[in-house]
Amino acid sequence: MRSNFPVRNTTEPMGKRPRHTVAGMTTADTHCPYCALQCGMRLNRDGRGEVAVAPRQFPTNQGGLCQKGWTATELLRPANRLTTPLLRGDRAVPFRTVGWDVALDAVADRIKRVQAEHGPDAVGILGGGGLTNEKAYLLGKFARVALRTRSIDYNGRFCMSSAAAAGNRAFGVDRGLPFPLTDMAGTGAILLAGGNLAETMPPIMQHVVAMRERGGAFIVVDPRRTPTAAQATLHLQAAPGTDLALALGLLHAAVTEGLVDDRYVATRTHGFENAWRMAAGWWPERVERVTGVPASQQRAAVRLLGAAARDRGAMILTGRGAEQHAKGTDTATAFINLALALGLPGRPASGYGCITGQGNGQGGREHGQKADQLPGYRRIDDPGARSHVAVVWGVDPATLPGPGPSAYELLDRLGTDGGVRALLVHGTNAAVSAPRAGHVRERLAALDLLVVSDVVLSETAAMADVVLPVAQWAEEDGTMTNLEGRVIRRRAVTSPPPGVRTDLEVLAGLAARLGHDDGFATEPRTVFEELRRASAGGPADYAGITYERIDAEDGVFWPCPDEEHPGTPRLFADRFETPDGRARLVAVDHRPAAEEIDGGYPVYLTTGRVLQHYQSGAQTRRIKELSDAVPAAVVEMSPDLAADHELAEGDHVRLVSRRGTAVGRVRVSTTIRPDTVFMPFHWGEEASANLVTNPALDPVSRMPEFKICAVRLERVAS
Amino acid sequence: MRRAIGAGGVVIRIVVIGNGMAGTRLVQELRRHDPGRDLRITVVGAEVDAGYNRVLLSQVLAGALDVDEIGLTAPSWYTAENVTLLTGRAATWIDRDGRLVGLADGTVLPYDVLVLATGSRPWIPPIPGVAAGAHDPAGATTGPASTANAPAALQCTPLGSAGVERGEGAESSEGAESGAGVGGSTGRDRADESASFRCALQSDGDVLGLAPGVTAFRTLADCRTIIERLASVRRAVVLGGGLLGLEAARGLAGRGIDVEIVHPVDWLMERQLDAEAGRVLARTLRDLGVRTRLGVGAAEYVPGPDRTLVLSDGTRLPADLVVLSCGVRPDTELAAAAGLPVERGIVVDDRLRSPADPAVYAIGECAQHAGEVYGLVAPAWEQAAVLARVLTGGDDRYQGSRVVTRLKAADVDLAAMGDTHADDEDDSAEIVRFHDPSRGSYQKVVIRDGRLAGAIVVGESTTVGTITQLFDRATPVPRDRRALFFAGAAADSTDDPSRLPDRVTICRCNGVTKGAIASAWQQGARSVAEIADRTRATTGCGSCRQSVEGIVDWLTAADPTAHPEEVAV
Repeated sequence: MRSNFPVRNTTEPMGKRPRHTVAGMTTADTHCPYCALQCGMRLNRDGRGEVAVAPRQFPTNQGGLCQKGWTATELLRPANRLTTPLLRGDRAVPFRTVGWDVALDAVADRIKRVQAEHGPDAVGILGGGGLTNEKAYLLGKFARVALRTRSIDYNGRFCMSSAAAAGNRAFGVDRGLPFPLTDMAGTGAILLAGGNLAETMPPIMQHVVAMRERGGAFIVVDPRRTPTAAQATLHLQAAPGTDLALALGLLHAAVTEGLVDDRYVATRTHGFENAWRMAAGWWPERVERVTGVPASQQRAAVRLLGAAARDRGAMILTGRGAEQHAKGTDTATAFINLALALGLPGRPASGYGCITGQGNGQGGREHGQKADQLPGYRRIDDPGARSHVAVVWGVDPATLPGPGPSAYELLDRLGTDGGVRALLVHGTNAAVSAPRAGHVRERLAALDLLVVSDVVLSETAAMADVVLPVAQWAEEDGTMTNLEGRVIRRRAVTSPPPGVRTDLEVLAGLAARLGHDDGFATEPRTVFEELRRASAGGPADYAGITYERIDAEDGVFWPCPDEEHPGTPRLFADRFETPDGRARLVAVDHRPAAEEIDGGYPVYLTTGRVLQHYQSGAQTRRIKELSDAVPAAVVEMSPDLAADHELAEGDHVRLVSRRGTAVGRVRVSTTIRPDTVFMPFHWGEEASANLVTNPALDPVSRMPEFKICAVRLERVAS
Repeated sequence: MRRAIGAGGVVIRIVVIGNGMAGTRLVQELRRHDPGRDLRITVVGAEVDAGYNRVLLSQVLAGALDVDEIGLTAPSWYTAENVTLLTGRAATWIDRDGRLVGLADGTVLPYDVLVLATGSRPWIPPIPGVAAGAHDPAGATTGPASTANAPAALQCTPLGSAGVERGEGAESSEGAESGAGVGGSTGRDRADESASFRCALQSDGDVLGLAPGVTAFRTLADCRTIIERLASVRRAVVLGGGLLGLEAARGLAGRGIDVEIVHPVDWLMERQLDAEAGRVLARTLRDLGVRTRLGVGAAEYVPGPDRTLVLSDGTRLPADLVVLSCGVRPDTELAAAAGLPVERGIVVDDRLRSPADPAVYAIGECAQHAGEVYGLVAPAWEQAAVLARVLTGGDDRYQGSRVVTRLKAADVDLAAMGDTHADDEDDSAEIVRFHDPSRGSYQKVVIRDGRLAGAIVVGESTTVGTITQLFDRATPVPRDRRALFFAGAAADSTDDPSRLPDRVTICRCNGVTKGAIASAWQQGARSVAEIADRTRATTGCGSCRQSVEGIVDWLTAADPTAHPEEVAV
């Protein structure tokens, strides 16, 4: 029998500070450990140390939680944890448990040796979008100051980079949503391209439902009839890899239907003429042939958006389905162009936004773990930015390295001449989450040194020379920046198990061994104070944000340049963050996927998530309730495709691409196009969808083409 | 990296004759494959206007786009990419031995590679009074010798009788890009009877020498002419019920003009549609204010104050404006005069090269590949892409195009592709139809060997994109043929809780099935709040609340202990 769970509607608004009650119960108001929605939750720890989840009223989730949030405290169970450093001299032999000094000494010694032999850039760091702002910041500083390496990037490259690049070039700034989520309820229409919110961040659907209840239209672009698409007013079931053509068709229709906001275009933007010249070649009937979306539906979608734009407002949102392509930046740009043509950004209850995925996917891309970036979303090749940050760090700007390789490029060259030979991994599981994962596993194996700091023994950790057990979520303090650009608090309700250190402590310990006794604080608050100074004046300015303000104000939206500043829930009301204050429409054109289907590989594979699992599954696969609900990777396909291959529900099927094979169980579904199969990417070993995916990179964002590749299906004898 | 022809220090001069859809696309594609700008490219356009998107002319006519909104390539592009653009200058001769092209203004251009992208010209029917001073009344009255099937076809179908590409069932008149077929569907190629119109045809639309009140609908200049005249037009007749004629008529009707289409065959777009589809289309147009007059041709146009089009059956239609939309013919004269092989179009091989001269290529509507002359933009752009790769050292081959005809007119949805005329007599074809006259819907799919061989879709359809992609890719059609016409034929799950299987997930956020809710109810949870307390159902996005309420109501209603009096019987 389940334990009891409070109903969200009966939950009272609760105070925010951790509270210690007389009965030995400790309470912390914090947020869910998983996605960027960062649902508010309360954690209660009883006298025996058991921690339980209770929902909490917070503007984003309004008391709602999904199954992952409800079960999140299972992550704290000792059975799931690493609790001691692991070391081995030879990867052919098992790990032995060692003390922290032994482990950190070994890591520091080998870093020094590799750098002496191959130069500073031969030591690299791969960070993660789940790390707190404090960790992400310190990781970037550790790379540039303690290691002096340019080789640092993070898994957000696989997540947000395309939308970020598109946002930056259009608006001069990249904040996932330029408005609070609660604005969604008041808008008149939302177009969501390539997102499956009902499964990936379910509580956000409350805002969509509220909008629909007021008569708003919900338009979903997805090759699958997902649970999200099933709730849509209009579902545009575009062929995989064709969102860019669709966005151009929508812009074309907006012009011919007379829905362009001419005054807005004239006074608040540049570049419409060239963007139109490109879209002019994509009339809806031509787009229909490429996307499979009827021209009439394209016009209907644009009419819904256009009518709403003139009334309550309209929003255009993109998710990874549109962005994780070798043309992801241009696709996001095409949707931005549509939003600008309709006059949406900066208007009330309107705008363009991307739905950030990882827990700190927003903050994680702002403070310096990106290859080309310094804290505050500064560019590492900008002399002004370098001097500002160098002053905060107390170093000579000339010593700061320049831009490094992007995540896949870094992984692709591991262990090679000129590539990284010693890699430190924090908060990511590249052996499962990187494209062409088989190749990436080979490259990881070719390293002189692989050091993984993680909570559990992930697939990547299992390949390492040194594994460092670190604290997580409910055991640590810090800040996260959610998908709205709202900086929020993560709070400890319990201590890490004995033998576990925080990432900050790991970095400080290594820095000290590399000759940097100062500058690597282990207290999150101290690090945050430094982050505030480092970000001051940058696009993502946190200077005015304090832990106290976050507590008092339900989070603070950046930019917030000083403590008197109220923060910025809504961007662009008066100007864009470009030199002249106007947004830019960038002319973009559609092109085919990097790998199209053909006789040998006749079926599209698209990848994504299921509700019960998160990212590489390293956490959620260890939670019994989630793992029982969805125990293994499925391959979703239409009845016809299954029949063509003599496959039935539950059979094992092998997906074969030019890069590798992956095996999953057949799920027959009428919700998917007959030319496409879907496989979630949460599993390791032979069930990794990414063994098959294509590492073709976006020329601007360096995003790999996760969302489309060509495969063939082979029946696996049982 | 492939080696461009020009690599190695030798400058290659490419002259492209034609600045339409094919020519502009070609030069853009060339530069895409030639980032070093090694090729020296010159484009020659006969029209004064810079390259524009001909597909969008009907949108301009309809008022959805302005004339200045359909430019293909920004003037600055040519400067930036170092491409020489010469507009308003027709090419008049080719000296293949000397590899020179002469222009009407006396310019002589040397070339290493010559690309002919001359497109096509509108067909001007030999109707007395239409092409003033150039018509041949005798030629126009060959009509009476018509067949029973198409009584007046020949009257207004010089296309069928005048050696235009129609005879082979070529596609070149079905696109908005190229004009509309008025032609009979059975005529074979004949000797070119249209020589007498050459003088007219060589000119731009507004200098075709047409009678006042008569205009073609081919060029931007034609489009401007029509728009400029609109203020004085109350009634218009569109001559030719092909794709472009329909788009023109719909556009004029949208501007409040009284429009009638005169079409000599028994149904509209007879080359793409079967008779039933044609009838549905005519009804749809009628509801939009466009009348159609079928099976009758034009006999004479009477200019002057009482502008009137006299039909072959003697009907006199007042017409302030007559729009000629009688099809097009490939513009091959330059090639023919240069001694290049020309049949219906300029003959090219899989590299889009003339078999007679390795320095000369042709693409677009003027080219004939493997016996086919295409009149739509998609094949022209495919050819441009292939040729750009060929000319930059690629080993590409053009293998023909699949042609989909798609009407672009407000509130008229029409697509046709492939073999549409197969009927139930044809044992090798499986024909699936859905016809709903009340909604103006007619859909027909012709299946051969499990693949979609042809289709007609008239009226709004949620599957037209699916049908098109099945045709383009030649992938197997769905086993359940209903899926061809009805998207998501499998309905969403029923709302009746009693019919839901126990395994159906009610609360997706928390993976709660109907069975789990029922079992919580069995254990005493009697309200949504109590169900939520035990199962977490409704505690995620909340969108399942109504379903849970429904299940609770059903369980309560069905529970004998809850209503003992009702079940006592």
